Amino acid sequence: MLRYTIRRLIQLVGVVLVLSLLLFAWLRALPGGPVSALLGERATPESREALTKQLGLDQPIFVQYVKFLGRALSGDFGVSTGVQPGDSAMEIFLQRFPATIELSFLAIVIAVALGIPLGYLAAKRRGGWFDNLSVAGSLIGVAVPVFFLAYVLKDVLSAALGLPTQGRQDAIGATRVTGFFVVDGVITQEWDAALNALEHLILPAIALSTIPFAVVFRITRAAVLDVLNEDFVRTAESKGLTSPVIRRRHVLRNAMLPVVTTIGLQTGALLAGAVLTEKVFSLPGVGQALAIGFERRDYPVLLLLIIMATVVYVVVNLLVDLSYAFIDPRIRTR
Amino acid sequence: MALLEVRDLTVVFERKGEQPFTAVDHVSFDVEPGQTVGLVGESGCGKSVTSLAVMGLLPRRGARIGGTVNYEGVNLLALSDREMRDRRGRDLGMVFQDPLSSLNPVIPIGVQVTEVLERHRDMPRKKAMVEAEDLLDKVGIPDPRRRLSEYPHQLSGGMRQRALIAIALACRPRLLIADEPTTALDVTIQAQILALLKELVQDMGTALVMITHDLGVVAGLCDEVNVLYGGRVVEKAQRHELFAQPRHPYTHGLLNSIPRLDAPRGEKLSPIRGSVADNIPWEQGCAFAPRCPNALDVCVQRTPEQEDVGGGRLLRCHNPVQPVVTEEVSV
Ligand SMILES: Nc1ncnc2c1ncn2[C@@H]1O[C@H](COP(=O)(O)OP(=O)(O)OP(=O)(O)O)[C@@H](O)[C@H]1O
Ligand SMILES: [Mg+2]
Repeated sequence: MLRYTIRRLIQLVGVVLVLSLLLFAWLRALPGGPVSALLGERATPESREALTKQLGLDQPIFVQYVKFLGRALSGDFGVSTGVQPGDSAMEIFLQRFPATIELSFLAIVIAVALGIPLGYLAAKRRGGWFDNLSVAGSLIGVAVPVFFLAYVLKDVLSAALGLPTQGRQDAIGATRVTGFFVVDGVITQEWDAALNALEHLILPAIALSTIPFAVVFRITRAAVLDVLNEDFVRTAESKGLTSPVIRRRHVLRNAMLPVVTTIGLQTGALLAGAVLTEKVFSLPGVGQALAIGFERRDYPVLLLLIIMATVVYVVVNLLVDLSYAFIDPRIRTR
Repeated sequence: MALLEVRDLTVVFERKGEQPFTAVDHVSFDVEPGQTVGLVGESGCGKSVTSLAVMGLLPRRGARIGGTVNYEGVNLLALSDREMRDRRGRDLGMVFQDPLSSLNPVIPIGVQVTEVLERHRDMPRKKAMVEAEDLLDKVGIPDPRRRLSEYPHQLSGGMRQRALIAIALACRPRLLIADEPTTALDVTIQAQILALLKELVQDMGTALVMITHDLGVVAGLCDEVNVLYGGRVVEKAQRHELFAQPRHPYTHGLLNSIPRLDAPRGEKLSPIRGSVADNIPWEQGCAFAPRCPNALDVCVQRTPEQEDVGGGRLLRCHNPVQPVVTEEVSV
């Protein structure tokens, strides 16, 4: 297991290297560039040339990449030219990453907390009204565009519930420790601050959770249907076990493998959805930074954020694979 | 009053847009403590459905169940889901056909044994573990303590079936139903499992319903045999009588289709011709008629009734095989 983990982490290093090279080239191949973005179309050729030189963009791309790698190894990923000009890319990452992680994490918690029980219930009452209704509902959940739902939540529900629609927290002078505002509030025991941050998160998280919820729901339902037909469930019934024991120990435990896989794969969709959600709710997260970064061709910030998103995706899926072994002894003892 | 009295048990499967299908049709049999009763017949004749009906394990939707299943005088079919849950595993145990798929692959054997003890005998986990080790030992699993923490895929087929037997007998139920417990195992293991069942049933005075399509199993184990065809009992007799003198052409055919050592040299095996697909509905006559060597015109015109032909034998046939008076074959 340990060796497996180490091997996967080494693979991750390879993935990051290849990805950074591709991204590096691809970003520079995009039309326009930071110089036009900063100076506008009507700048004089002289000023353009000066800025190009200053940013090091006049050198051959290979040289640029090697220099980037060298500096990256010491933690220097360059300076932002568009998102927050002058700040280092790392600084921006550290500021914004916690916001997106908080948002995505809450979204996945909502999706799992609702999707698994409802999926179980739908399977158990297969063909009944609850099943039909929730399957139809989950289809709608997948079909409705995230930003549309986000706008509906923001413009309709927030007023009704008295929830904030902007930013991560009201300016209440909360202490910063980790950059995760809810976590900070809890560890400093500033409960008001934690609650306030949570209120800012809840609507965007709901908007972001719909697709993963629908997917988790459907996969759980299908997996439970499969497991309910298994002989060992009949054995469990023949022992006279109570329904909760059969549900937890025999049905759900066996149905979890595909569900866990799905959750891992959904992290990709979550990061994509976060871009839209953060825009609607003006959340200063990675998604928002990516959007601005693309508009202004902020190479260093884009590069670092996309690489880090990839790292998160790979690490989450590694955790998923490791949890297989936890769930299924046939993998553990092979 | 017998321990288990099954009377006119009837199971009809209903599906939307399909003809209702009668899988079990007025099946009756009794089982006394310490007695082994066999249900024998080809695939699809309703053996498993009968046992699941007795256990209360048929799907609640889509299956209409008639008749009575009296256990110590209580009709199990009239019990609530909750009352039945209290009895399953405690009063009635069941062993299934495929030991690998019948065990939960992701939890240790130990838990699968102890959970039934915790449920019905109120044992705390620790005490149940000691008891489980004892149970595994009793069913002949070597090194039981280690096995408790292992998973089904780490056991051999024979050991898995032993574990299932340990589970079914954990709370010392007075009735055990074994649904083809040896079909998934190879021959030497089959014999061991049968010997084990026989021994346990004798020791504990358990009533055993043995479901099988294998007459060899019947010969070794059963006191009374019910031969099922198309959901109905076509012949019921004591084991010795049945083997000495099969009267229903179907039973006769079953016996003739197994190889015997004492058969004259050169005698050919004669399998029953056709398949269950040829059956006619019982309402029109005898379901077996299209495959029956003894069939008469009446067989496809009138449904044969079950008759008591003496010697504790019940028969459902218009033209049974005539008893041979001269030669007695014992098994
Ligand atoms: N849940 C169900 N719904 C509809 N039909 C069923 C159901 N369960 C069983 N049947 C049908 O009932 C008939 C009897 O099935 P059963 O499983 O009792 O056969 P069996 O005698 O145990 O055969 P085998 O030796 O193959 O186990 C079969 O034709 C089967 O298709
Ligand atoms: Mg069967």
